[in-house]
Amino acid sequence: MPIGELLARARAVRAAVVRMAHTGGTPHVGSALSCVDILIALYFHAMRIDPSKGGPADDMFVMSKGHGCMAYYATLAERGYFPPALLATYARDGGTLPEHPMPGGAPGIEVATGSLGHGLPIAAGLALARGLDGRDGRVFVLLSDGECNEGSVWEAAMFAAGRRLDNLVALIDYNGLQAMGRCDEITALSPLADKWRAFGWAVREIDGHDVAELVHALDELPFEPRRPSMIVAHTVKGKGVSFMEDDTEWHYRSPSTDELARALEEIGG
Amino acid sequence: MRNAFVRALTDAAATDPRVVLLTGDLGFKLFDEFAACYPGRFVNVGVAEATMAGVAAGLALAGKRPFIYSIAPFVTLRCYEQIRDDICYHRASVVVVGVGGGYSYGPNGPTHHALEDIAVMRVLPHMTVICPGDPAETVAAVHALLAHGGPAYLRLGRAGEPSVHEGPVAFRVGESLVIREGGDVTLLSTGNMLATTLAAADLLARRGIACEVVSMPTVKPLDVDRIDVAARTTRFLATVEEHSIVGGFGSAVAEQLAASGAAGRLWRFAAPDLFSSTCGDQAYQRRMCGLTPEAIADRLAALLAAAP
Repeated sequence: MPIGELLARARAVRAAVVRMAHTGGTPHVGSALSCVDILIALYFHAMRIDPSKGGPADDMFVMSKGHGCMAYYATLAERGYFPPALLATYARDGGTLPEHPMPGGAPGIEVATGSLGHGLPIAAGLALARGLDGRDGRVFVLLSDGECNEGSVWEAAMFAAGRRLDNLVALIDYNGLQAMGRCDEITALSPLADKWRAFGWAVREIDGHDVAELVHALDELPFEPRRPSMIVAHTVKGKGVSFMEDDTEWHYRSPSTDELARALEEIGG
Repeated sequence: MRNAFVRALTDAAATDPRVVLLTGDLGFKLFDEFAACYPGRFVNVGVAEATMAGVAAGLALAGKRPFIYSIAPFVTLRCYEQIRDDICYHRASVVVVGVGGGYSYGPNGPTHHALEDIAVMRVLPHMTVICPGDPAETVAAVHALLAHGGPAYLRLGRAGEPSVHEGPVAFRVGESLVIREGGDVTLLSTGNMLATTLAAADLLARRGIACEVVSMPTVKPLDVDRIDVAARTTRFLATVEEHSIVGGFGSAVAEQLAASGAAGRLWRFAAPDLFSSTCGDQAYQRRMCGLTPEAIADRLAALLAAAP
């Protein structure tokens, strides 16, 4: 798919995200906007998938940063897993699209998350199973930067490298902000890429909003044979809406009617 | 019980290629045969219980039947949220295997005692909880769980538990086993207290008290019919478990009796709501909290004598 079309898809997903945050009255809009370009590059370029039927050798995705799921839901709808009308049920009573994905909540959602530090071990298990069965298909997992505070992330990092799971691809949405402030003011998160290298992963650092750069990196997977791959994607929280960018406030707020209109105008979706 | 588990799982792996065994770096030499026969399906995850539970969930979502093994408190409490979110929430067919139920690892101290595991496992949605009473029940439990599917906790003793059943037994998840019939009081036992419970029944028989002895390896789903029958026929019931008095098997039976409105009277034999304050092996710790055949028989005889 040409880059221009990927950018158009990203605009559509960003517009859906801010609409969901507004109508759902939910937080985490900044976290969702931060990872839109990553999800677009995965679902519209890198992942070998068939939304209409699926198959055992299809690539799989685990949204470990479950709180960013507005972007996940909107990407799945944009990719054709379910009708976009379902997005209107987001965070609604009686719906199956809560503020963190539930198992089978909609077509395409196989793994539920919400508590941080869970997705990488599960993805490692999915990748291990493929290896045992000699099945093709890779397992992609998206983590947040704050999530890397969790010990289970590093347990799983050692496990995946030890088992040489080169069908496992992790990406970190590295926007530098976590729930209560700047990552590096809370723990010594940086140098993040070096940490993953030290744990035995093959690592690339890229601009997580440059779709061409994302596409290029994803085309080169696995980065090294017999090593799991890590893409540290530098991003901006709230990307695409100027008044939401790089502001922890939008980890908690949802846009008002006026703010929604301004956001949609900026996104141009 | 530990060896019976490994034997049964190794046998099951021969016919069920979905079986995968993961350990949190415990079970030295225990899994040598399994690992030699099925090298790809034996995974030492390392000392990383949270990751082991998550990896097992991923394996199960991909169609495998993983068993995760470690000492009971480590494989339940350390990774509790992974068991809840990754395994139970997804209804993933993972069997969490805790070795060292109760005071099995007595001299290792309270960090290694498992006195809360039944309580915390049975509260989880979709979770099956099985505590075999002897090696034969352990073998039966492995097969019952493979047939049943879904998330499960299998609580083992350690090694050297006496055999209560003379030969192989079989039960489905949720079924109890009547070991001995008697009309004065029903002793309901779960897990590694079965031999002790039976020995207590022998002592009581010498005092003219006839005990019905029922092994209830499945704590969840509880065999409520059996409890209702016991409440009707003997009226007096006692539960025996090597677990805290809070929230375990005795609590589950009490909940059922209260909910059914049965007229029976229940006494619970269990460990106190305390960390043990002195060092000692399993036999010592059991003596300290009245979980010996003699202590159970004495206390029960006194309670029965005082009961209206």
